[in-house]
Amino acid sequence: MALRPMLGGDNFLTTRLDKVIAWSRKFSLFPYPFVTACCGMEYMSVSSSHYDLDRFGAAFPRFTPRQADLLLVVGTISHKIAPILKLVYDQMCEPKWVIAFGVCTCTGGFYDNYATVQGIDTIIPVDVYIPGCPPRPETVLQGLMLLQEKIARQKQDY
Amino acid sequence: MSSIFDPVDNKTLKAIKEKFGDAVLEAGLDKGDLVAIVTAGSLHDIIAFLRDTPELDFNMLADLFGVDYLPRKPRFEVVYSLHCIERNERIRLRVQLNEKKCEMDTVTDLYPVANWLEREAWDMFGVVFRGHPNLKRLLMYEPFDGHPLRRDYPINKRQPLIGPKN
Repeated sequence: MALRPMLGGDNFLTTRLDKVIAWSRKFSLFPYPFVTACCGMEYMSVSSSHYDLDRFGAAFPRFTPRQADLLLVVGTISHKIAPILKLVYDQMCEPKWVIAFGVCTCTGGFYDNYATVQGIDTIIPVDVYIPGCPPRPETVLQGLMLLQEKIARQKQDY
Repeated sequence: MSSIFDPVDNKTLKAIKEKFGDAVLEAGLDKGDLVAIVTAGSLHDIIAFLRDTPELDFNMLADLFGVDYLPRKPRFEVVYSLHCIERNERIRLRVQLNEKKCEMDTVTDLYPVANWLEREAWDMFGVVFRGHPNLKRLLMYEPFDGHPLRRDYPINKRQPLIGPKN
């Protein structure tokens, strides 16, 4: 259904259309919170009314990867759950983004041991890394805004 | 006999010493808890005796875990904690195992909870339980190489499946 070649490749019309589609995608993210550990508490407090996530349009968590576009990997990933994380990532449809929430997902955190995956970027591609143990909600919101800027910069596929 | 434990006059320890004689290597009080060190071959019978005798009636296996005392020979120990609910009495049975011959009989037929407890001891230390219905890894994933809670396993040794190499 490739609309971009139909409109003539890269020209004024497609860049405007890019901007509109990027605007609509970044302000209506459907996160899939893949929560395993303590960072889940910070995710809950970011979603609540004090540090509202709804004003960014990302309030509605979809608990199935088929309907989600943002995979929020929250909390420590051990070697046993790593294949499941990969399966969940593969089940999401394009366009999809991944946020590594918390330092355990960025680099393994302070679990430098045999059981923890030392950073989920060894398994799936990550767009934004939010460090912190757990990160302050303001940090999470800054990470989300960085992701929104990234979406705005991307060449949208349509 | 000069024992590493304090002597105590206790019905349970007397009963197992009298029935099993030299299978019980040491018995007594260790900082206030009843302990007995027994041989690996007799452990299943001792636990069956403790569970089935009506006066003793140890009906709960509270815990089962392994210990690694690396420079000491015998290297491994498996510790069983039994609890009698009616009399509120606990006893600890310790079995010492060599590194070469790290096997013993399972107690899953006596206490079904031992199924997962023994799987964890196998996964973390490498103690083989003969007769266990499903001796697979419990906490680590299947192709994991090694037994993590042994003392000579370096804590941040990487496994080949995911992530950076050693």
